[in-house]
Amino acid sequence: MAQDTRGLRGSGAQPQAEQTTRGPGHDQPSVVVRDLVRAYGDEPVLDHLDLDIAAGEFVAILGRSGSGKSTLLRALAGLDRDVPGSGTVTVPASVSVVFQDSRLLPWAKVLDNVVLGLAAATGLSRADAHRAGAAALAEVGLAGRERAWPGELSGGEQQRVSLARSLVRSPELLLADEPFGALDALTRTRMHGLLRDLLERHRPAVLMVTHDVDEAIVLADRVVVLDAGRIAAQERPADHRDQHALRTHLLAALGVEKSSSPTPEPQEVPA
Amino acid sequence: MSAAVTYAGPRSRTLGYGPRTSAAATDIRPAASTRLRLGRPFRGARMLGIGALAAIWVTGSATGLIDPRILPAPWTVVTTGIDLVSTGRLQENLAISLQRSALGLVFGVSIGVVLALLAGLSRLGDALIDGPIQVKRSIPNLALLPLLILWFGIGEDMKVITIAIGVFLPIYIHTHNGLRSIDARFVELSETVALSRAQFVRRVVLPGALPGFLLGLRFAVTGSMLALVVVEQVNATAGIGYMMELARTYGQTEIIFVGLVVYGVLGYTADAVVRLLQRRALSWRKTLED
Ligand SMILES: Nc1ncnc2c1ncn2[C@@H]1O[C@H](COP(=O)(O)OP(=O)(O)OP(=O)(O)O)[C@@H](O)[C@H]1O
Ligand SMILES: [Mg+2]
Repeated sequence: MAQDTRGLRGSGAQPQAEQTTRGPGHDQPSVVVRDLVRAYGDEPVLDHLDLDIAAGEFVAILGRSGSGKSTLLRALAGLDRDVPGSGTVTVPASVSVVFQDSRLLPWAKVLDNVVLGLAAATGLSRADAHRAGAAALAEVGLAGRERAWPGELSGGEQQRVSLARSLVRSPELLLADEPFGALDALTRTRMHGLLRDLLERHRPAVLMVTHDVDEAIVLADRVVVLDAGRIAAQERPADHRDQHALRTHLLAALGVEKSSSPTPEPQEVPA
Repeated sequence: MSAAVTYAGPRSRTLGYGPRTSAAATDIRPAASTRLRLGRPFRGARMLGIGALAAIWVTGSATGLIDPRILPAPWTVVTTGIDLVSTGRLQENLAISLQRSALGLVFGVSIGVVLALLAGLSRLGDALIDGPIQVKRSIPNLALLPLLILWFGIGEDMKVITIAIGVFLPIYIHTHNGLRSIDARFVELSETVALSRAQFVRRVVLPGALPGFLLGLRFAVTGSMLALVVVEQVNATAGIGYMMELARTYGQTEIIFVGLVVYGVLGYTADAVVRLLQRRALSWRKTLED
């Protein structure tokens, strides 16, 4: 189980010329991407991309629509076995994914959603898995909602359940593709706080795709701007005293016209 | 931290008109909904038309405007029903009819589910099973009756088999469709949480296909009633349909009416049971119907 379970040896017609390994040593980065190429047609979507993520590091990926953000994330999640490409991807043994939609099974109670596949994957007993699931729900502020149907929760609550589902697996790597994209501004701000708390406690490496420059700056240790399948810029917000300048710089890297106002109204990259 | 401040500024401004917009939307709603809808349902709406028909029937029979040989008076139907029950004739025939449709339903549902699972969960199964069934779909069930009589005679076997055939098709089609239309997003989720194939089927595929199965079951129950009526009028020696056929040869219109009422009650009850089952099993779903 320890090696190459990334599922890329798929039975697909065009196996990717790629090696994938799991479980890097202690001082090595948690995620190592080397020379990663993915192409649906002739134009590569990911173009010889290299990326390292240190253990516990939070990397936010920005990029205009179609720049290959989701493709990169799916490669790390092992969800792209039928996409032609090459390169190496090394990820930790336990990876969790948070999707843009909460992706809860509507026919399973909230707690059952959180512990979906948990007992079998971790060797926990059913009772222990349920206890862990209930604890994770409490962590995201949903104690007492274990027996609710997902359809009875608000969008933000559903996304919190999906966070609990990811965190209860104690992932070493958390992948999130626009996890808060469908939420309103206030809920999103709340989720940022919650996410930071949770990450502080669980300390996984994180790769989060977002359209929101400010979200990236607030949450991430490192912001990576992807353009046409390559890294066009990367910045560590902590290195910047002047957050406005950083913002402007990132927006420029994204190809958004600079506005003279320090806080222009459109905050997000046009999709 | 200055980042948080930069962040909070424009955000809170956007928040300003969030609630106001939605309040405006709530204000518009009543007007918009009354314009296109039929208006409020009133109490006993369904009974109104039925009541009117019954009133015509009663007055027509009482005044002698309706010939009792064409349409017996309601009270004749009721007393005939009571007679049939007290002599035990109705129960006897009803028991036989119920047994036939129950057997047909059990066999039909089982076969439909098994075939749907085989076809829905494996490529080979799909290749082998789905084609023939799609061909069968274009042949009306009752057109098979002469063939079934030749093969199985005119006994109970033929009757149960005919009903089962009427039942398995809707079960197969809707269950298969349910299995095949599992949302690809849930397949992806199952991969990321590393579900085994067995767990995937149990947790995702089967519950996802349940609404389809239950819809199929509603059609199946209707189908079994239809098949029951037809087979009972073909060389039967017992059953509600037989009782009605016999009444026809003696010109006992009121017995035919009792039979119709029994069929109606049977059909309605069966559908109500399935709907109850549906509500129970799909309580997670906020349905627009019902
Ligand atoms: N399944 C697919 N088949 C063919 N082309 C695809 C497929 N998925 C993505 N692409 C193409 O790959 C490119 C990158 O897609 P990707 O989803 O990675 O973009 P993205 O950066 O996530 O964009 P967005 O911000 O809109 O989500 C796009 O041009 C898209 O058309
Ligand atoms: Mg995307």
